[in-house]
Amino acid sequence: MANPQKVLVYRHAAVTRITHWINVLALTLLLMSGLNIFGAHPALYWGQKATFAHPWISMTAEPQGNRIVGVTRIGSARFDTTGVLGYSGKPGSEEAVAFPSWATVPSERDLADSRHWHFFFAWLFVLNGLVYWLVGLGRGHIAKDLVPTKADVAPRNVWHEIVTHAQLKFPKGEAARRYNVLQKGAYLAVVLILLPLMVLTGLCMSPGFDAGAPWLVDAFGGRQSARTIHFLTAFSIVGFVLLHLFMVVASGTWNNIRSMITGRYAIVPDKTGEAA
Amino acid sequence: MTFSTHRRGWLRAGLASAGALVLAACDRITNSSRGVAVLQSAEGLTRRAQRLVIDRKALAREFTPADISGDFRPNGSIDPQDPDYLALKAKAFADYRLVVDGLVERPLSLSLADLRGMPARTQITRHDCVEGWSSIGKWTGARLGPLLDRAGLKPTARYIVFHCGDTLEQTLDGSGQYYESIDLIDAYHPQTILAYAMNDQPLPVAHGAPLRLRVERQLGYKHAKYVMRIEAVDDYRHLGRGNGGFWEDRGYEWYAGI
Repeated sequence: MANPQKVLVYRHAAVTRITHWINVLALTLLLMSGLNIFGAHPALYWGQKATFAHPWISMTAEPQGNRIVGVTRIGSARFDTTGVLGYSGKPGSEEAVAFPSWATVPSERDLADSRHWHFFFAWLFVLNGLVYWLVGLGRGHIAKDLVPTKADVAPRNVWHEIVTHAQLKFPKGEAARRYNVLQKGAYLAVVLILLPLMVLTGLCMSPGFDAGAPWLVDAFGGRQSARTIHFLTAFSIVGFVLLHLFMVVASGTWNNIRSMITGRYAIVPDKTGEAA
Repeated sequence: MTFSTHRRGWLRAGLASAGALVLAACDRITNSSRGVAVLQSAEGLTRRAQRLVIDRKALAREFTPADISGDFRPNGSIDPQDPDYLALKAKAFADYRLVVDGLVERPLSLSLADLRGMPARTQITRHDCVEGWSSIGKWTGARLGPLLDRAGLKPTARYIVFHCGDTLEQTLDGSGQYYESIDLIDAYHPQTILAYAMNDQPLPVAHGAPLRLRVERQLGYKHAKYVMRIEAVDDYRHLGRGNGGFWEDRGYEWYAGI
Protein backbone atom coordinates (compact mmCIF):
# COMPACT_ATOMS: atom_id res chain seq x y z
CA MET A 1 0.00 0.00 0.00
CA ALA A 2 1.60 3.23 -1.15
CA ASN A 3 1.49 5.91 1.45
CA PRO A 4 1.13 9.36 -0.09
CA GLN A 5 2.44 10.95 3.06
CA LYS A 6 5.67 8.97 3.12
CA VAL A 7 8.59 11.39 3.11
CA LEU A 8 12.26 10.89 2.28
CA VAL A 9 14.60 12.55 4.72
CA TYR A 10 18.35 12.98 4.34
CA ARG A 11 19.59 10.62 7.00
CA HIS A 12 23.28 9.78 6.45
CA ALA A 13 26.03 12.17 5.38
CA ALA A 14 28.30 11.06 2.53
CA VAL A 15 31.24 10.55 4.91
CA THR A 16 29.17 8.24 7.10
CA ARG A 17 28.03 6.21 4.10
CA ILE A 18 31.45 5.89 2.47
CA THR A 19 33.27 5.03 5.69
CA HIS A 20 30.50 2.53 6.52
CA TRP A 21 30.98 0.55 3.30
CA ILE A 22 34.77 0.72 3.48
CA ASN A 23 34.41 -0.70 6.98
CA VAL A 24 32.21 -3.52 5.68
CA LEU A 25 34.96 -4.48 3.23
CA ALA A 26 37.88 -3.98 5.61
CA LEU A 27 36.31 -5.68 8.64
CA THR A 28 35.18 -8.67 6.57
CA LEU A 29 38.67 -9.25 5.19
CA LEU A 30 40.31 -8.50 8.55
CA LEU A 31 38.11 -11.09 10.22
CA MET A 32 38.67 -13.76 7.56
CA SER A 33 42.43 -13.21 7.34
CA GLY A 34 42.54 -13.02 11.14
CA LEU A 35 40.89 -16.43 11.45
CA ASN A 36 43.58 -17.80 9.11
CA ILE A 37 46.35 -16.18 11.20
CA PHE A 38 44.83 -17.63 14.37
CA GLY A 39 45.18 -21.08 12.75
CA ALA A 40 48.98 -20.81 13.03
CA HIS A 41 48.66 -21.19 16.81
CA PRO A 42 45.03 -21.94 17.69
CA ALA A 43 45.29 -21.31 21.42
CA LEU A 44 44.94 -18.23 23.62
CA TYR A 45 46.50 -17.23 26.93
CA TRP A 46 46.47 -14.45 29.51
CA GLY A 47 49.54 -12.45 30.54
CA GLN A 48 52.78 -11.65 28.71
CA LYS A 49 53.82 -15.18 27.78
CA ALA A 50 52.22 -18.36 26.54
CA THR A 51 51.60 -21.17 29.02
CA PHE A 52 51.56 -23.87 26.38
CA ALA A 53 50.10 -26.60 28.57
CA HIS A 54 47.25 -24.40 29.79
CA PRO A 55 45.62 -22.20 27.16
CA TRP A 56 42.23 -20.82 28.22
CA ILE A 57 40.86 -21.78 24.81
CA SER A 58 42.27 -24.07 22.13
CA MET A 59 41.16 -25.78 18.94
CA THR A 60 42.80 -29.05 17.98
CA ALA A 61 42.30 -32.19 15.92
CA GLU A 62 42.54 -35.39 17.96
CA PRO A 63 42.20 -39.09 17.21
CA GLN A 64 39.10 -40.67 18.72
CA GLY A 65 38.69 -44.36 18.03
CA ASN A 66 39.44 -44.82 14.32
CA ARG A 67 38.51 -41.30 13.26
CA ILE A 68 39.73 -37.76 13.86
CA VAL A 69 37.60 -35.20 15.64
CA GLY A 70 37.83 -31.46 16.04
CA VAL A 71 38.02 -30.48 19.68
CA THR A 72 37.51 -27.03 21.20
CA ARG A 73 38.53 -26.62 24.82
CA ILE A 74 37.49 -23.71 26.99
CA GLY A 75 39.09 -24.04 30.40
CA SER A 76 38.45 -27.63 31.43
CA ALA A 77 35.34 -27.98 29.24
CA ARG A 78 35.75 -30.05 26.05
CA PHE A 79 33.48 -29.71 23.02
CA ASP A 80 33.34 -31.86 19.90
CA THR A 81 33.36 -29.26 17.12
CA THR A 82 34.20 -31.57 14.20
CA GLY A 83 33.41 -29.99 10.86
CA VAL A 84 33.62 -26.42 12.15
CA LEU A 85 36.42 -25.87 14.67
CA GLY A 86 39.64 -27.87 14.89
CA TYR A 87 38.96 -30.31 12.05
CA SER A 88 36.99 -29.54 8.91
CA GLY A 89 36.86 -29.73 5.14
CA LYS A 90 35.06 -31.45 2.29
CA PRO A 91 34.43 -35.18 2.89
CA GLY A 92 37.66 -37.02 2.14
CA SER A 93 39.85 -33.92 2.38
CA GLU A 94 39.30 -32.83 5.97
CA GLU A 95 42.27 -31.26 7.70
CA ALA A 96 43.40 -30.07 11.09
CA VAL A 97 42.62 -26.38 10.95
CA ALA A 98 41.16 -24.01 13.55
CA PHE A 99 38.52 -22.36 11.36
CA PRO A 100 37.07 -23.92 8.18
CA SER A 101 38.44 -22.83 4.81
CA TRP A 102 35.16 -21.14 3.80
CA ALA A 103 35.65 -18.68 6.67
CA THR A 104 39.27 -17.71 5.98
CA VAL A 105 41.25 -15.59 3.51
CA PRO A 106 43.10 -17.10 1.81
CA SER A 107 41.01 -20.26 1.98
CA GLU A 108 44.09 -22.44 2.53
CA ARG A 109 45.94 -22.09 5.80
CA ASP A 110 48.81 -19.73 4.97
CA LEU A 111 50.26 -17.50 7.68
CA ALA A 112 52.44 -15.39 5.36
CA ASP A 113 49.66 -14.53 2.91
CA SER A 114 46.97 -14.03 5.54
CA ARG A 115 49.29 -11.55 7.30
CA HIS A 116 49.63 -9.61 4.04
CA TRP A 117 45.84 -9.42 3.75
CA HIS A 118 45.46 -8.52 7.41
CA PHE A 119 47.96 -5.66 7.49
CA PHE A 120 46.84 -4.19 4.15
CA PHE A 121 43.24 -3.98 5.32
CA ALA A 122 44.34 -2.92 8.81
CA TRP A 123 45.84 0.20 7.24
CA LEU A 124 42.67 0.82 5.21
CA PHE A 125 40.59 0.31 8.36
CA VAL A 126 42.72 2.68 10.45
CA LEU A 127 42.80 5.44 7.82
CA ASN A 128 39.06 5.03 7.26
CA GLY A 129 38.45 5.25 11.01
CA LEU A 130 40.57 8.41 11.27
CA VAL A 131 38.53 10.08 8.51
CA TYR A 132 35.31 9.10 10.27
CA TRP A 133 36.55 10.37 13.62
CA LEU A 134 38.00 13.66 12.35
CA VAL A 135 34.95 14.51 10.25
CA GLY A 136 32.56 13.17 12.89
CA LEU A 137 34.11 15.29 15.62
CA GLY A 138 34.60 18.33 13.39
CA ARG A 139 31.04 18.41 12.09
CA GLY A 140 29.51 17.31 15.34
CA HIS A 141 28.05 14.04 14.00
CA ILE A 142 29.29 12.10 16.99
CA ALA A 143 28.16 14.70 19.56
CA LYS A 144 24.86 15.51 17.83
CA ASP A 145 23.69 12.14 16.55
CA LEU A 146 25.40 9.52 18.70
CA VAL A 147 25.84 10.87 22.22
CA PRO A 148 22.54 10.18 24.05
CA THR A 149 20.58 13.15 25.37
CA LYS A 150 19.31 13.46 28.90
CA ALA A 151 15.85 12.45 27.71
CA ASP A 152 17.38 9.44 25.93
CA VAL A 153 18.91 8.00 29.07
CA ALA A 154 15.86 8.50 31.30
CA PRO A 155 15.11 5.02 32.66
CA ARG A 156 11.52 5.19 31.46
CA ASN A 157 12.68 5.93 27.89
CA VAL A 158 15.35 3.22 27.94
CA TRP A 159 12.81 0.68 29.16
CA HIS A 160 10.30 1.82 26.55
CA GLU A 161 12.90 1.35 23.79
CA ILE A 162 13.86 -2.09 25.06
CA VAL A 163 10.22 -3.20 25.10
CA THR A 164 9.37 -1.80 21.65
CA HIS A 165 12.58 -3.23 20.15
CA ALA A 166 11.75 -6.63 21.60
CA GLN A 167 8.36 -6.36 19.94
CA LEU A 168 10.11 -5.25 16.72
CA LYS A 169 8.07 -2.03 16.72
CA PHE A 170 10.05 0.85 15.32
CA PRO A 171 9.55 4.60 15.72
CA LYS A 172 7.54 6.52 13.16
CA GLY A 173 7.18 10.18 12.38
CA GLU A 174 9.45 12.69 14.05
CA ALA A 175 11.08 10.09 16.30
CA ALA A 176 12.32 8.11 13.28
CA ARG A 177 14.52 11.00 12.20
CA ARG A 178 16.96 10.36 15.01
CA TYR A 179 18.69 7.34 16.39
CA ASN A 180 16.98 5.95 19.47
CA VAL A 181 18.92 5.39 22.66
CA LEU A 182 19.65 1.72 21.95
CA GLN A 183 21.03 2.56 18.52
CA LYS A 184 23.11 5.38 19.95
CA GLY A 185 24.47 3.12 22.66
CA ALA A 186 25.29 0.31 20.23
CA TYR A 187 26.91 2.55 17.61
CA LEU A 188 28.89 4.48 20.22
CA ALA A 189 30.12 1.27 21.80
CA VAL A 190 31.34 0.08 18.40
CA VAL A 191 32.87 3.38 17.29
CA LEU A 192 34.26 4.39 20.68
CA ILE A 193 35.22 1.06 22.25
CA LEU A 194 35.24 -2.04 20.05
CA LEU A 195 36.89 -0.72 16.88
CA PRO A 196 39.62 1.27 18.70
CA LEU A 197 40.17 -1.77 20.92
CA MET A 198 40.83 -3.90 17.82
CA VAL A 199 43.52 -1.46 16.64
CA LEU A 200 45.16 -1.07 20.04
CA THR A 201 45.24 -4.78 20.93
CA GLY A 202 46.47 -5.50 17.40
CA LEU A 203 49.31 -3.01 17.83
CA CYS A 204 50.21 -4.56 21.18
CA MET A 205 51.05 -7.81 19.39
CA SER A 206 53.76 -5.94 17.45
CA PRO A 207 57.18 -6.24 19.12
CA GLY A 208 58.29 -3.02 17.39
CA PHE A 209 55.32 -1.07 18.70
CA ASP A 210 55.70 -2.58 22.18
CA ALA A 211 59.20 -1.11 22.50
CA GLY A 212 57.67 2.34 22.03
CA ALA A 213 54.56 1.89 24.18
CA PRO A 214 55.15 -0.81 26.80
CA TRP A 215 52.59 0.94 29.05
CA LEU A 216 49.83 0.08 26.61
CA VAL A 217 50.80 -3.60 26.64
CA ASP A 218 50.69 -3.42 30.44
CA ALA A 219 47.27 -1.80 30.28
CA PHE A 220 45.97 -4.90 28.51
CA GLY A 221 47.85 -7.22 30.87
CA GLY A 222 50.58 -8.39 28.47
CA ARG A 223 51.01 -9.42 24.85
CA GLN A 224 49.13 -12.69 25.18
CA SER A 225 46.27 -10.91 26.96
CA ALA A 226 46.20 -8.40 24.12
CA ARG A 227 45.93 -11.30 21.66
CA THR A 228 43.07 -12.77 23.69
CA ILE A 229 41.25 -9.41 23.87
CA HIS A 230 41.81 -8.95 20.11
CA PHE A 231 40.05 -12.28 19.53
CA LEU A 232 37.17 -11.60 21.98
CA THR A 233 36.63 -8.10 20.60
CA ALA A 234 36.57 -9.46 17.05
CA PHE A 235 33.75 -11.81 17.99
CA SER A 236 31.95 -9.01 19.87
CA ILE A 237 31.98 -7.11 16.58
CA VAL A 238 30.68 -10.20 14.77
CA GLY A 239 27.89 -10.30 17.37
CA PHE A 240 27.12 -6.63 16.78
CA VAL A 241 27.03 -7.15 13.00
CA LEU A 242 24.62 -10.08 13.30
CA LEU A 243 22.27 -8.03 15.51
CA HIS A 244 22.70 -5.03 13.22
CA LEU A 245 21.78 -7.08 10.14
CA PHE A 246 18.78 -8.54 11.95
CA MET A 247 17.54 -5.05 12.86
CA VAL A 248 18.15 -3.83 9.30
CA VAL A 249 15.90 -6.59 7.98
CA ALA A 250 13.32 -6.20 10.75
CA SER A 251 12.98 -2.44 10.31
CA GLY A 252 12.88 -2.36 6.52
CA THR A 253 15.68 -3.90 4.49
CA TRP A 254 15.54 -1.73 1.35
CA ASN A 255 14.81 1.51 3.15
CA ASN A 256 17.84 0.97 5.37
CA ILE A 257 20.14 -0.12 2.56
CA ARG A 258 19.04 2.79 0.38
CA SER A 259 19.67 5.24 3.22
CA MET A 260 23.22 3.92 3.61
CA ILE A 261 23.80 4.27 -0.16
CA THR A 262 21.98 7.45 -1.19
CA GLY A 263 21.47 8.94 2.25
CA ARG A 264 17.67 9.09 1.83
CA TYR A 265 15.52 7.39 4.42
CA ALA A 266 11.75 7.04 4.12
CA ILE A 267 9.72 8.01 7.14
CA VAL A 268 6.15 6.90 7.69
CA PRO A 269 4.01 9.40 9.59
CA ASP A 270 2.90 8.36 13.04
CA LYS A 271 -0.72 7.95 14.18
CA THR A 272 -1.44 11.65 14.38
CA GLY A 273 -0.89 11.89 10.64
CA GLU A 274 2.00 14.26 11.15
CA ALA A 275 4.19 14.07 8.07
CA ALA A 276 7.31 14.42 10.15
CA MET B 1 4.40 -19.91 1.90
CA THR B 2 5.98 -22.01 -0.82
CA PHE B 3 6.91 -18.83 -2.62
CA SER B 4 8.53 -17.49 0.51
CA THR B 5 10.32 -20.78 1.15
CA HIS B 6 11.54 -20.83 -2.43
CA ARG B 7 12.64 -17.27 -2.17
CA ARG B 8 14.49 -17.98 1.04
CA GLY B 9 16.14 -20.97 -0.63
CA TRP B 10 17.20 -18.82 -3.57
CA LEU B 11 18.43 -16.13 -1.25
CA ARG B 12 20.48 -18.59 0.72
CA ALA B 13 21.92 -20.15 -2.44
CA GLY B 14 22.60 -16.68 -3.79
CA LEU B 15 24.44 -15.58 -0.67
CA ALA B 16 26.43 -18.81 -0.51
CA SER B 17 27.54 -18.56 -4.13
CA ALA B 18 28.34 -14.85 -3.74
CA GLY B 19 30.47 -15.77 -0.74
CA ALA B 20 32.20 -18.52 -2.68
CA LEU B 21 32.89 -16.08 -5.53
CA VAL B 22 34.44 -13.56 -3.14
CA LEU B 23 36.60 -16.28 -1.59
CA ALA B 24 37.70 -17.48 -5.03
CA ALA B 25 38.52 -13.89 -6.00
CA CYS B 26 40.60 -13.49 -2.81
CA ASP B 27 42.47 -16.70 -3.59
CA ARG B 28 43.16 -15.48 -7.13
CA ILE B 29 44.61 -12.27 -5.75
CA THR B 30 46.71 -14.27 -3.28
CA ASN B 31 48.06 -16.44 -6.10
CA SER B 32 48.97 -13.57 -8.41
CA SER B 33 52.30 -11.85 -7.91
CA ARG B 34 50.80 -8.44 -8.62
CA GLY B 35 48.01 -9.00 -6.09
CA VAL B 36 50.47 -9.98 -3.39
CA ALA B 37 52.68 -7.01 -4.31
CA VAL B 38 49.76 -4.65 -3.68
CA LEU B 39 48.94 -6.33 -0.36
CA GLN B 40 52.62 -6.27 0.62
CA SER B 41 52.83 -2.53 0.05
CA ALA B 42 51.50 -2.29 3.61
CA GLU B 43 54.86 -3.64 4.88
CA GLY B 44 56.75 -0.52 3.79
CA LEU B 45 54.07 1.66 5.35
CA THR B 46 54.30 -0.26 8.61
CA ARG B 47 58.11 -0.05 8.72
CA ARG B 48 58.18 3.67 8.00
CA ALA B 49 55.37 4.39 10.46
CA GLN B 50 57.03 2.41 13.25
CA ARG B 51 60.42 3.99 12.58
CA LEU B 52 58.78 7.44 12.53
CA VAL B 53 56.73 7.07 15.70
CA ILE B 54 58.99 4.92 17.85
CA ASP B 55 62.39 6.09 19.03
CA ARG B 56 64.98 4.13 17.02
CA LYS B 57 66.88 3.41 20.23
CA ALA B 58 63.77 2.51 22.26
CA LEU B 59 64.44 -0.63 24.27
CA ALA B 60 62.24 -3.68 24.22
CA ARG B 61 60.68 -4.36 27.64
CA GLU B 62 62.98 -6.28 29.98
CA PHE B 63 61.55 -8.64 32.58
CA THR B 64 62.55 -10.10 35.95
CA PRO B 65 63.98 -13.60 36.52
CA ALA B 66 60.56 -14.60 37.94
CA ASP B 67 59.02 -13.99 34.50
CA ILE B 68 61.27 -16.47 32.63
CA SER B 69 59.28 -19.17 30.79
CA GLY B 70 59.81 -22.72 31.92
CA ASP B 71 58.42 -23.90 28.59
CA PHE B 72 60.30 -21.68 26.09
CA ARG B 73 59.42 -23.26 22.77
CA PRO B 74 62.21 -23.81 20.22
CA ASN B 75 61.06 -23.37 16.63
CA GLY B 76 62.43 -23.86 13.11
CA SER B 77 65.57 -26.04 13.17
CA ILE B 78 65.98 -27.61 16.59
CA ASP B 79 68.63 -30.22 15.83
CA PRO B 80 70.55 -29.44 12.60
CA GLN B 81 71.95 -32.46 10.73
CA ASP B 82 74.33 -30.52 8.44
CA PRO B 83 77.71 -32.37 8.47
CA ASP B 84 79.74 -29.23 9.21
CA TYR B 85 77.49 -28.38 12.11
CA LEU B 86 77.58 -31.93 13.48
CA ALA B 87 81.41 -31.84 13.35
CA LEU B 88 81.46 -28.62 15.41
CA LYS B 89 78.88 -29.94 17.84
CA ALA B 90 80.87 -33.17 18.35
CA LYS B 91 83.73 -31.11 19.77
CA ALA B 92 81.44 -28.94 21.89
CA PHE B 93 82.08 -26.05 19.46
CA ALA B 94 85.77 -25.80 20.43
CA ASP B 95 86.63 -25.36 16.72
CA TYR B 96 83.84 -22.87 16.12
CA ARG B 97 84.83 -19.59 14.49
CA LEU B 98 82.47 -16.74 13.74
CA VAL B 99 83.54 -15.15 10.47
CA VAL B 100 82.84 -11.43 10.00
CA ASP B 101 83.45 -10.29 6.45
CA GLY B 102 81.93 -8.58 3.43
CA LEU B 103 82.06 -4.79 3.34
CA VAL B 104 84.39 -4.44 6.32
CA GLU B 105 87.87 -2.99 6.69
CA ARG B 106 89.19 -5.83 8.88
CA PRO B 107 87.57 -9.26 8.41
CA LEU B 108 87.44 -11.20 11.69
CA SER B 109 87.46 -14.82 12.76
CA LEU B 110 86.35 -15.14 16.37
CA SER B 111 86.27 -18.13 18.72
CA LEU B 112 83.62 -18.44 21.42
CA ALA B 113 86.27 -17.31 23.95
CA ASP B 114 86.91 -14.22 21.82
CA LEU B 115 83.18 -13.50 21.72
CA ARG B 116 82.85 -13.92 25.49
CA GLY B 117 85.62 -11.36 25.89
CA MET B 118 83.78 -8.70 23.91
CA PRO B 119 81.44 -6.01 25.27
CA ALA B 120 78.47 -8.03 26.50
CA ARG B 121 74.90 -7.50 27.51
CA THR B 122 72.41 -9.61 29.47
CA GLN B 123 68.69 -9.11 28.99
CA ILE B 124 65.46 -10.87 29.96
CA THR B 125 63.15 -10.34 27.03
CA ARG B 126 59.97 -11.63 25.47
CA HIS B 127 60.34 -13.65 22.28
CA ASP B 128 57.33 -13.11 20.00
CA CYS B 129 56.73 -15.78 17.39
CA VAL B 130 55.00 -14.85 14.14
CA GLU B 131 52.57 -17.68 14.96
CA GLY B 132 51.25 -15.65 17.87
CA TRP B 133 52.80 -17.13 21.03
CA SER B 134 55.42 -15.56 23.30
CA SER B 135 58.03 -16.94 25.68
CA ILE B 136 60.36 -15.07 28.04
CA GLY B 137 64.06 -15.91 28.29
CA LYS B 138 67.33 -14.51 29.60
CA TRP B 139 70.04 -13.95 27.02
CA THR B 140 73.72 -13.08 27.37
CA GLY B 141 75.84 -12.23 24.37
CA ALA B 142 78.27 -9.96 22.59
CA ARG B 143 76.77 -6.68 21.44
CA LEU B 144 76.68 -6.56 17.67
CA GLY B 145 77.46 -2.83 17.38
CA PRO B 146 80.94 -2.90 19.00
CA LEU B 147 81.72 -6.11 17.09
CA LEU B 148 80.91 -4.42 13.78
CA ASP B 149 82.99 -1.40 14.82
CA ARG B 150 85.94 -3.70 15.49
CA ALA B 151 85.64 -5.04 11.94
CA GLY B 152 85.06 -1.51 10.63
CA LEU B 153 82.06 -1.20 8.32
CA LYS B 154 82.79 0.31 4.93
CA PRO B 155 80.59 3.32 4.06
CA THR B 156 78.72 1.28 1.44
CA ALA B 157 77.51 -1.30 3.98
CA ARG B 158 73.73 -1.08 4.49
CA TYR B 159 72.69 -4.48 5.79
CA ILE B 160 74.13 -7.17 8.05
CA VAL B 161 73.52 -10.73 6.85
CA PHE B 162 73.62 -13.75 9.16
CA HIS B 163 74.59 -17.02 7.46
CA CYS B 164 73.47 -20.00 9.52
CA GLY B 165 74.66 -23.57 9.96
CA ASP B 166 71.25 -25.21 9.58
CA THR B 167 69.36 -26.34 6.50
CA LEU B 168 65.69 -25.88 7.30
CA GLU B 169 64.40 -27.12 3.96
CA GLN B 170 66.03 -29.62 1.59
CA THR B 171 66.34 -27.98 -1.82
CA LEU B 172 68.45 -28.72 -4.90
CA ASP B 173 69.84 -25.18 -5.17
CA GLY B 174 70.82 -24.76 -1.53
CA SER B 175 68.16 -22.12 -0.89
CA GLY B 176 67.00 -24.07 2.16
CA GLN B 177 69.98 -22.84 4.19
CA TYR B 178 68.80 -20.48 6.93
CA TYR B 179 69.90 -16.86 6.73
CA GLU B 180 68.62 -13.51 7.86
CA SER B 181 69.40 -9.84 7.37
CA ILE B 182 68.81 -6.65 9.33
CA ASP B 183 69.57 -2.99 8.64
CA LEU B 184 72.08 -0.87 10.52
CA ILE B 185 69.42 0.73 12.75
CA ASP B 186 68.72 -2.65 14.30
CA ALA B 187 72.35 -3.83 14.05
CA TYR B 188 73.50 -0.95 16.27
CA HIS B 189 70.53 -1.13 18.67
CA PRO B 190 71.87 -1.66 22.21
CA GLN B 191 69.82 -4.85 22.71
CA THR B 192 71.00 -6.47 19.48
CA ILE B 193 73.38 -9.17 20.67
CA LEU B 194 74.94 -12.43 19.53
CA ALA B 195 73.80 -14.64 22.39
CA TYR B 196 75.98 -17.50 23.61
CA ALA B 197 74.02 -18.10 26.83
CA MET B 198 70.36 -18.63 27.63
CA ASN B 199 69.02 -18.57 31.18
CA ASP B 200 72.62 -18.53 32.49
CA GLN B 201 73.52 -21.78 30.67
CA PRO B 202 75.45 -22.24 27.43
CA LEU B 203 72.99 -21.80 24.56
CA PRO B 204 71.23 -25.16 23.97
CA VAL B 205 71.30 -26.70 20.48
CA ALA B 206 67.52 -26.35 20.13
CA HIS B 207 67.87 -22.60 20.66
CA GLY B 208 70.78 -22.09 18.23
CA ALA B 209 74.08 -23.20 19.83
CA PRO B 210 76.68 -21.94 19.84
CA LEU B 211 75.54 -18.46 18.78
CA ARG B 212 72.22 -16.84 17.87
CA LEU B 213 71.07 -13.37 17.05
CA ARG B 214 68.74 -11.46 19.37
CA VAL B 215 67.10 -8.53 17.61
CA GLU B 216 64.50 -7.83 20.23
CA ARG B 217 62.04 -5.54 18.47
CA GLN B 218 61.26 -8.01 15.69
CA LEU B 219 59.48 -11.36 15.46
CA GLY B 220 61.16 -14.67 16.23
CA TYR B 221 62.18 -15.68 12.72
CA LYS B 222 64.56 -12.68 12.51
CA HIS B 223 66.54 -14.09 15.48
CA ALA B 224 68.83 -16.30 13.36
CA LYS B 225 70.17 -19.38 15.17
CA TYR B 226 73.43 -21.33 14.53
CA VAL B 227 75.12 -18.14 13.23
CA MET B 228 78.33 -19.08 11.41
CA ARG B 229 79.16 -15.99 9.42
CA ILE B 230 78.23 -12.33 9.50
CA GLU B 231 78.50 -10.48 6.22
CA ALA B 232 78.14 -6.73 5.67
CA VAL B 233 76.48 -6.03 2.32
CA ASP B 234 75.06 -3.13 0.36
CA ASP B 235 72.14 -5.24 -0.87
CA TYR B 236 70.73 -8.69 -0.11
CA ARG B 237 69.07 -9.46 -3.42
CA HIS B 238 71.87 -11.74 -4.61
CA LEU B 239 71.37 -14.04 -1.60
CA GLY B 240 68.96 -16.99 -1.39
CA ARG B 241 65.88 -16.16 -3.41
CA GLY B 242 66.51 -12.46 -3.00
CA ASN B 243 64.23 -11.37 -0.16
CA GLY B 244 66.73 -11.11 2.67
CA GLY B 245 65.98 -14.24 4.67
CA PHE B 246 64.79 -17.84 4.70
CA TRP B 247 61.22 -17.00 5.70
CA GLU B 248 61.23 -13.81 3.67
CA ASP B 249 61.95 -16.02 0.64
CA ARG B 250 58.79 -17.93 1.60
CA GLY B 251 56.51 -14.90 1.69
CA TYR B 252 57.06 -13.42 5.16
CA GLU B 253 57.85 -9.76 5.75
CA TRP B 254 61.48 -8.61 5.80
CA TYR B 255 60.51 -6.01 8.39
CA ALA B 256 59.11 -8.21 11.15
CA GLY B 257 58.35 -5.49 13.69
CA ILE B 258 54.66 -6.39 13.55
